[in-house]
Amino acid sequence: MSEVIDVLVRCLFVVLAFLTMPLLVGQMEHKAMAHMQGRVGPMAAGGFHGWAQLVADGVKFVQKESITPVAADRRVFELAPAVALVPYLVAMLAIPLGPFFGHDVLIGHDLDLGLFFVLAAMSVGVLGTLMGGLGSGNKYSYIGGMRVAAQLMSYELPMVLAAASVAMLAGTLSLVGIADAFEPWWLLVQLPGLVVFFVAGLAELQRPPFDAPLADAELVMGPLTEYGGMRFAMFLLAEYAGIVVLSALTTVLFLGGWAGPWSDQLGWAWTLLKIVGVSFLVIWARVAYPRLREDQVNVLAWKVLVPLALAQVTLTTLVVVW
Amino acid sequence: MNGYGKGLWQGLAVTWKNLTRRSVTAGYPDVQPDLPPRSRGVIALQEENCTSCMLCARECPSWCITIDAHKEVIPAETEGGRDRSQNVLDQFDIDYSICMYCSICIEVCPFDALHWSPEFAYAEGDLKDLTHDMNRLRTWMDTVPPPQALDPGADQGKELQAHERRHATEIPPGAQESGER
Repeated sequence: MSEVIDVLVRCLFVVLAFLTMPLLVGQMEHKAMAHMQGRVGPMAAGGFHGWAQLVADGVKFVQKESITPVAADRRVFELAPAVALVPYLVAMLAIPLGPFFGHDVLIGHDLDLGLFFVLAAMSVGVLGTLMGGLGSGNKYSYIGGMRVAAQLMSYELPMVLAAASVAMLAGTLSLVGIADAFEPWWLLVQLPGLVVFFVAGLAELQRPPFDAPLADAELVMGPLTEYGGMRFAMFLLAEYAGIVVLSALTTVLFLGGWAGPWSDQLGWAWTLLKIVGVSFLVIWARVAYPRLREDQVNVLAWKVLVPLALAQVTLTTLVVVW
Repeated sequence: MNGYGKGLWQGLAVTWKNLTRRSVTAGYPDVQPDLPPRSRGVIALQEENCTSCMLCARECPSWCITIDAHKEVIPAETEGGRDRSQNVLDQFDIDYSICMYCSICIEVCPFDALHWSPEFAYAEGDLKDLTHDMNRLRTWMDTVPPPQALDPGADQGKELQAHERRHATEIPPGAQESGER
């Protein structure tokens, strides 16, 4: 009986994190991006610095009509938002938050193949956008979908290679094991891997500067062109959940997870702090850099990131064998 | 390869600088704006100064001013003198739905009957209500600020200079600073 309750509490906790963390990142994006552009961002909703803006947005999205275009492939079109969103929830299940006041590591479920599982879930999330693009019956969506496919093909490889390098160094695929095995000098040895992983992750989430599939100046809104109301909101939520998952994964793999002073007690806080920090970097990259052209996106992947990731794997092999 | 990747750092630096600086956004509906003098908000009409000369209506590039007037006879004050006639405004409308705030009417008015007022919040639900008639234009006069003081050492304007030259002997020292009309 207690096992069932334990599982339920863990699931509840993961769902809670899934519902709040993306909103926090979204609010941070509202405010940080505004100030980086010399604005103040939302100020009215909720009274204090517009803290309730995303709640108000959610209410607005719920009220809107969900339209399915006649030319759309109905099943695919309606399924796509769920395919985009749910994998990130699943991925969060396997990401550890660290020790909680002397208790065990906070995690939905500690998988032996945690790293493999999370990476697989992340790439399924991208399929949602691809489905939206191909199922909308719209030329812009279709071109956007093709770009999503190209981007997915290009960036999956460097991302997995960079992650593999860490797994080799730690000698395990378990995320808890990797974070436990972390030692500060890894930061230096794994630096190229960190950069490759972060950049490839940005590209996989189609976050600016890698938002060529959405490129609103060329493709209206890419695969999301035909979506409105709650379905669009789900895609948006998926984007921010994706940021959380990417940041959490970067933290656990490359930044030592809960490594820090008093990690036995405050490990979870360290992890959260690092996740927020990496999320800030994701937002910062969006504000600071212009969108890459479609060919530049692929050039960056195949001519820069893949060689860099391969070099990183070679370096890690040398370190491990030594 | 000179400075390769420099742009990446510059992008981060510029955005970071903005992030740490206080933003200058004005919180308009909550905080009233501090408008500079001569702001072009709305045109006010000082009816007594208007001679219905029609210059403003004719110079208006968007033809948004409508003027109608009639002549009134002022009987001669002295015995055997000549009666004088005066133009009296019947109608003076400015249609703010087509006004482009070019200020030509105000520049061209020979008798200073038109003035800029910094009031700007006169949006209407109906397009027709944007046509302000004589009475409404008159009420804007209350919001016209006094003319801006001259910069120190600035020219006073040709009329005043000529006036002062002519009356140089009559004006007592110290009264020159009252350059306002």
